Formats: sequence, C-alpha cells, structure tokens
Amino acid sequence: MEDVATLGFIATTIGATWRLATPLIFASIGEVFSERAGVLNIGLEGVMLMGAFVGFAAVFATGSLPLGLLSAVLGGMAVGLVFAFFTITVKADQIVVGAAINLLGMGLTAFLFRTYYVGTGRGVEIAQPLDLPGLSDLPFLGEALFRQNAIVYSTLLVVLVAVFVLYKTSFGLTLRAVGEHPKAVDVVGRSVAAYRYGAVLIGTGLAGLGGGFLTLGHSNQFVEGITSGRGFIALAVVVFARWSPIGAFLVSLLFGLFYALQLQLQAQPALAIPYQALQALPYVMTIVALVMVRNKGDTPKTLGVPYNKA
Amino acid sequence: MTRFLIRTAQAIAMPAAAVLVALASGAVLLALSGFNGWDVFDVMLVGVFSDTRSVAEILLKAIPLILIGVGLCVAFRCSIWNIGAEGQLYAGAVAATVVGVSFEGLTPWLYVPLVMIAGALAGAAWAGIAGLLKVYFRASEIVTTIMLNYIALISTSYLVTGPLKDAAAAYPQSARLFKEAWMPRILPPTRLHIGILVAIALAIAFYVFLFRSSAGFAVRVVGTNQHAARYAGMNVGRNVLLAICISGAMAGLAGAFEVAGVTHRLYQNISPGYGFEGIAVALLANNNPFGAIFSGILFAVLRSGSELMQITAQVPQVLVSVIQGMVILSVVAFGVYRFRSAIHPK
Repeated sequence: MEDVATLGFIATTIGATWRLATPLIFASIGEVFSERAGVLNIGLEGVMLMGAFVGFAAVFATGSLPLGLLSAVLGGMAVGLVFAFFTITVKADQIVVGAAINLLGMGLTAFLFRTYYVGTGRGVEIAQPLDLPGLSDLPFLGEALFRQNAIVYSTLLVVLVAVFVLYKTSFGLTLRAVGEHPKAVDVVGRSVAAYRYGAVLIGTGLAGLGGGFLTLGHSNQFVEGITSGRGFIALAVVVFARWSPIGAFLVSLLFGLFYALQLQLQAQPALAIPYQALQALPYVMTIVALVMVRNKGDTPKTLGVPYNKA
Repeated sequence: MTRFLIRTAQAIAMPAAAVLVALASGAVLLALSGFNGWDVFDVMLVGVFSDTRSVAEILLKAIPLILIGVGLCVAFRCSIWNIGAEGQLYAGAVAATVVGVSFEGLTPWLYVPLVMIAGALAGAAWAGIAGLLKVYFRASEIVTTIMLNYIALISTSYLVTGPLKDAAAAYPQSARLFKEAWMPRILPPTRLHIGILVAIALAIAFYVFLFRSSAGFAVRVVGTNQHAARYAGMNVGRNVLLAICISGAMAGLAGAFEVAGVTHRLYQNISPGYGFEGIAVALLANNNPFGAIFSGILFAVLRSGSELMQITAQVPQVLVSVIQGMVILSVVAFGVYRFRSAIHPK
C-alpha cells in the first residue's frame, strides 16, 4: 500500500471514489425521479438488497452478466411494484410501507441466500475493468479514472439520460408536476397514479441496478446486508442534491470519496486513528450534509402525501 | 357495553387477521423453499409453549420489544419517524455497562435503579441528537436516526475492543457487571427478570400519558396537525423533542435490561434487531402503548419460534423478518392503520 500524499495513493483513491459512488449514483438518481413525483421510498435499502441478491442468483444460475444486471433491475422493480401498490393504490403511509419493504428485503434475501447458497462458497463472474482506448493511456488520470468496468462508466450515461428525460420531455415535465401539483395534472386528464407508478418503477429499477453492481461489479459474492446502509445514504444524497440528477451524481461522488478514504486509510498501519472512526465517516458525513443544506423549501410540494382523487 | 365489546373485537380481529396473513405467507415461502411449512409451525408452536422455561424465555424476549414498541407508539403518535431505536438501545447498553462496572459494593437497591436510569438517559440523549437536528435544522429524523444507528453500532464495536474491553477475555467483550447491578430475577431458575414488570407498568403509564393527560394530548395534536397545534399555542418543537426523547429513553432502558438482565456483559451484537422489530410492534398495536404489550409478546413468540425452527428444522431464522414485513403490509392492507403523513416539514 502506498503512503498517504503520494501520487499513487491519490490515483487509487480517485479511482475507488467513482467505483464506490456507483451504487449511490444509480439509487439516488432513481430516487430523484420517485421523489419528484411525490413518492418518498425509504425502502431503498431493501430494494437494493433485492437487486444485489437477484442479480447474483441470476449470474450464479446462467453465468451471463448482462442477464444478471437485467435481473437486478427487474428484482428492484418487483419490490417497487409492491411498494407502489401499497402507497399509491392503497394510499398507505409511505414511511410505514417503506419500513416493511426494508424488513422484507433484508429478510427475504438473507433467507433465500442461507437456504440455497450458503456453503457453496462460489463467487460469480463479475464485470472486468475496461480500458478506454486513448483515455486509459493518459498519464495519472487515465490510471485513476479509466480502469473501471462498464457499469461504472454507464453512470455517466444514466445522468445524461436522467437530465434529458426529467427536463426535456413532456413525460418529465408531467412527472415533476405530479409532485408539485397533482390536482393540476389530474384536471388536464392525466393519471397521477400512473405517473407515480412510473416514477417508482424507474427509481426502484435503478436502485436494483445499484444493488446489482455490488455483487456483479464490485465484489463477486452476495453477503447478507451487503448494502450496509447505502439505500439510506442515497436518501440523504437526494436531499443534499436538492432533487437534481446532476446534483445526485456529484454528491454521490462526494460520498464515494468518504468510502474510498475510509478504505484507503484503514490500510495505513501507521495511522493512529481507530479504524471504527473511519468506518463511521460516511454516516457522520451524511448527518453533517443534512444539517448543512437545511430545508430551504424546495422539497417537492406533495412529497409523502398520497393523492386522493375527488 | 355492546359498543365496547364491538370495539374490542375489532381491535383484536384486524391485527389477528394481519398476523394470520403474514404467517400464511411465511408458510408459502417455506413450502416454495422445500420445507414443510405446516410441520415447521407445528413444531415451533408446541416447542415455544412446552414448559415454564420456554414461556419465561418468551417473556424475556418480550421485554425489549414491549419497551421499544411503547416508546415508538409515543413518537409515531407525534409523527416522529424514529427509526433509530436500535442505536438508542446500544447507547443505553453502553451507559448501563459503564455504570455497572464502576461502583463496587453498592447495594442493589441503589445500583439496579441507577443502571436503569443510566440506560434510559443515554437512550434519550442519543435520540435527542436527532430531535434537536430536526427542530433546529429541519434535518429529517428518518435519515439522521438511521445514521445514528450505524454510528452507535460502530462506537460499541470500538468500546468493546478498546476502552471497555475485558483484558482477560479473548473475545471483544466488556468486563462482567457487578452482581449488585444485575436485574433481580422473578421466576428462578429461569432468566426472567423484573424488566417484564417495568415494561408492563410503563406501557400502562404511557397509555395514560397519551390518552388521559393534557401533555399527551399536545403530543398527539402536534402529530396530527402542526398548524393547528401552533395555532392553539402549543410549542411544536418542544413536543417533538419530548416524544423522540421518550422513545429513545425506552429503547435505552431496553438496552440496559439486556446488559444487566440477560448478558451481564456488553458485546458487539447485543441486539438481534429489537430496535427494528419494535417498529412493527408499535404499528401492529396501532400506536397504542397498551396494545404494545400484546404485540410485543406476539413478536417474542415469533422470535422464539424462529430460533427453534433454525435448531430443529434448519429453517433460517431470518424468516422472522419476512413475517414482520408481511405483518406491517397486512396491517396496512386491512386498513387498521390509517396514518396522516408527516414527512412534509410544515
């Protein structure tokens, strides 16, 4: 391991930052869609776990990485459908249903994992680093940034598509209107419920992909509770990012940096800080971030409020 | 009288139906995974009620569940989404340990209450952080309490491997608490201790507080409509702090009971998720502290049963989380639990 403040250390940290931010980028951009439509999904942790597990199980069974990633997305969406049904159709409280989704996600993935996979000890094939011709050969930054796998690169695409869809299409305009003034959307004859379902499915699909990255692009194993709070941190990222996709991308990178620093510094035996202090860093920073942004009132107006037609 | 009977029947029938649906889905999951669901439940139910010791073990597990559930009833009635009972439990356990290893030769009459108070205060303080951040910085308590959970767990891990570590032990664990600090047992030779009486007494006390006192009324009004509460001259921030600190104190007390009543040492993983389970306990009780006694015992039966399932039938114990999640969803679906939303900072 390199010493602190050497170029090598910095390069490793920068590379790890983007990689460790990747699950947060997917989950938080997805949650931006959901919350812009007025639906707060605190069940993200459970959704991500489901994505991580289903993705792992699919590759375990078929050996196909693309199929695994697709399954992670669909696994997240399946949980999202349950969430959407209870919050949008039954009009139950979003926090209550989100808490149930987390319990289900944690319990179900751990149950299935212990029933079918414990003791097999086998990992799955994961996405390999992809050198980008030209870019990877750049001095320093090429080494730091462009030795990632395709899933990490795809976060850039996701940001661009998210910005385009949310701000440049009529779908995005309506979706945002649903979160601000559902009545108006209803009056012009569009279904608030349909848009909310759509927003939740986009959100949970991306969160599922974020979970899938953990087992298929980062580690090659499923571990119970592998998300270790990333679903909750993604919720804080969305607030800090003020419900903007680009913001969510940048804030996720900031959190990725905390994770990276924590890992890199833990590997420094000379450091006198107890490793638990570093472990706690992302969680402490989440609280600091929430306090720093305060609530300036740009929360989507109907966030968390079920819509009653009539 | 008839009205009372009908209301009581309703209050019992709906949650009972919710639990049945949840158990049925658990059985389906078991069947799909190749277990015989019926046999498993049969063994489990016979096993958990087989003798005094088993029943005492259920009540022992019910202590933290009732305490946390009761506290969360108060918080949820005030629309405070305290998801941090797990961390508050750890805060209480740490404080109880520090007190419990510090004063040699103190009489139990002093020591036992001291340990309980230390746990409750630490839990209240840990929850109070999230309360203050909510009131003064409008930071969502949903996120802050969850982050405080992780911080409490990591801090506990640091304490039992460092400053509080028993030098003689190979494993990360604290020294044993002085015997005078242990919770007195009420049904020897079982491990059941006075905590169960304290939990039931507090459940009744907080029922009276919420539904028969003006301070409790204020807490509920703030939970229902902050505008109305403010208009009526109530101090919203103070009620929010009160409610979250009460729920934290109850979780902290639960932590103190675990250390001083069950393990007598602090370990890294002293709670098997009681803090999260308490959420389901409170919801199933429809946020009624008195009801939390029964839902707490019910969840303790499920937990005891799931342990037995794991031992006798190799069914992974985590199935209990699935059943808890299903309980919440069924409660929601049956419409027992209609709650106004309070995510929106008003």
